Amino acid sequence: MTKKITLNMITCRSIFQGVGMEAGKTSQKYFNACSIIEMHPEDMKKLGIWKNTNVRVSSSVGSIVVKAVEPRELLVPGLCHIPMGPWANRIVPAYTFSTGEPCFKGFDVEIEPAINEPILSAIDVVKDACGLPIK
Amino acid sequence: MTKVVKDVICPFCGTLCDDVEITVSDDNKKIISVRNACAIGAEKFNHTSLPGRVTRPRMRQPDGTFKEVSYDEAVDWTAKTLVNARKTLMYGWASTSCQAMSVGHEIAEKIGGIVDNCATVCHGSSLIAIQDVGVPSCTLGEVKNRADRVIFWGCNPAHAHPRHMSRYSIFPRGFFTVKGHKGRKIYCVDCRYTDTARCADEFIQVQQGYDYELLNAFRTAARGEVLPDTVGGVPKEKIYEIVEELKGGRFGVIFFGMGLTHTMGRNHNIDIAIALTRDMNDFTKFNIMAMRGHWNVTGSGQVLAWQYGFPYAVDLSRRTKARYQTGETTSVDLLIRNEVDACFNIATDPGAHFPIDSVVSMSKKPTVTIDPHINMSTEISDLHIPVAMVGVEVGGCAYRMDNVPIETRKVVDPPDGMLTDVELLTKINERVDELMGAK
Repeated sequence: MTKKITLNMITCRSIFQGVGMEAGKTSQKYFNACSIIEMHPEDMKKLGIWKNTNVRVSSSVGSIVVKAVEPRELLVPGLCHIPMGPWANRIVPAYTFSTGEPCFKGFDVEIEPAINEPILSAIDVVKDACGLPIK
Repeated sequence: MTKVVKDVICPFCGTLCDDVEITVSDDNKKIISVRNACAIGAEKFNHTSLPGRVTRPRMRQPDGTFKEVSYDEAVDWTAKTLVNARKTLMYGWASTSCQAMSVGHEIAEKIGGIVDNCATVCHGSSLIAIQDVGVPSCTLGEVKNRADRVIFWGCNPAHAHPRHMSRYSIFPRGFFTVKGHKGRKIYCVDCRYTDTARCADEFIQVQQGYDYELLNAFRTAARGEVLPDTVGGVPKEKIYEIVEELKGGRFGVIFFGMGLTHTMGRNHNIDIAIALTRDMNDFTKFNIMAMRGHWNVTGSGQVLAWQYGFPYAVDLSRRTKARYQTGETTSVDLLIRNEVDACFNIATDPGAHFPIDSVVSMSKKPTVTIDPHINMSTEISDLHIPVAMVGVEVGGCAYRMDNVPIETRKVVDPPDGMLTDVELLTKINERVDELMGAK
């Protein structure tokens, strides 16, 4: 049976995301910087995966496949991070509590291994959700 | 012969560094090298010279592919879409000049649009709090020259504003801060040990989502009242100790970011951070400043505020008066409730940075995106109009995060025949006039 764990998700900027964004949203740099989830090694152990394994991250609004990596900026166990971008926003709840500001930080996600599932490109992540044709 | 352009303003983040040096080719068309900028700023300047840049407008075809069209056709399609729509969301503005904004707002007034900027998913909560309780703030120059107690709360300038620490907040030597870093005490409050925390003298690890409680505890400690053993995962002894250190400073400043605005509580987190700042002013001089992200998002707030009285989410659909109500006229809410029937994005990328439900809603409506580069928004739009990059290929006014206006510079020429934001918006404005006159 596939293991699943529930973590608290935050989405933030990273300098690599910034550089990738300015290099071009379709660039490899942007893909490498943003299509990841940073998790504490203990959480990876709980999930039964090695670092650099693809995982499926699901929230109340959707799910996305990204690569699980060890955090560059240390996280506590139970907390995980996807850099801001189209991958993160596939799972960010849009409800704003009348402030205009969606819940970019502090929402529950369920994580399960997805070793053989591919990671979509930045444009395909958005087109796939919008029902537009993917090349 | 190449030439060097000095004192260039970097158009990436709200720090608006003004000491960048750029070497350009003798024909003024290509950037050869960039000095003094951070990794992100350098990438932004270098990006202008990368091959494969779109130089003419593109219209999406029924099969999903894009077909090149002329600027005139693009202007006509955009103007017709704006005039025919009952309520258009005109979102973005944070990466263009204040001059372009004023032309855009003129169009919005005529067609009854809703003008919103990136603050809506960034520091919008801060603006609500500032409207509620005011803001005791200062300029970055004062921080450099005076600050000896600096708190980074829920922000990570090492990644998001890479030169903020070296230019203003941690390392520089100023008039009253001659010892530089040694004369300052730096605190970082965050739920993870960020690269900014590595530069700080004191790292305070707060449990994610407990910022309000911790700020409240700081206020309580400042008044000498009793605290529980831990607040938000921080022991009370540490809170008392830090508050005493803050009181002992000559000039303190709190920089805050998305760690406060994006978590539960939103504007209330900022409310109480401002209240703490006010309390600390009973003991010493204290200030608070939002770490604004996009380089001219502050400018968009300024222009909207002096034109209509509100800094973002301004609804002009009633024609005679401007309305503003967060949760109602803010972009994400408008989109998830399907309350607009056309979208006009300029100088930003909601496709990448809005929650997916609002992006899906946008993709179902007639959408125009004005942006120099291909991004997620251009790919779901019906029309993509490329323009010259403001701050690189054309100048214009921008506001730094401390509300200081700075005139950005032109460094290289845009590709041949490419319009600037102001030129394009002026053409759309004229075409809107023609169409509305004919109605």
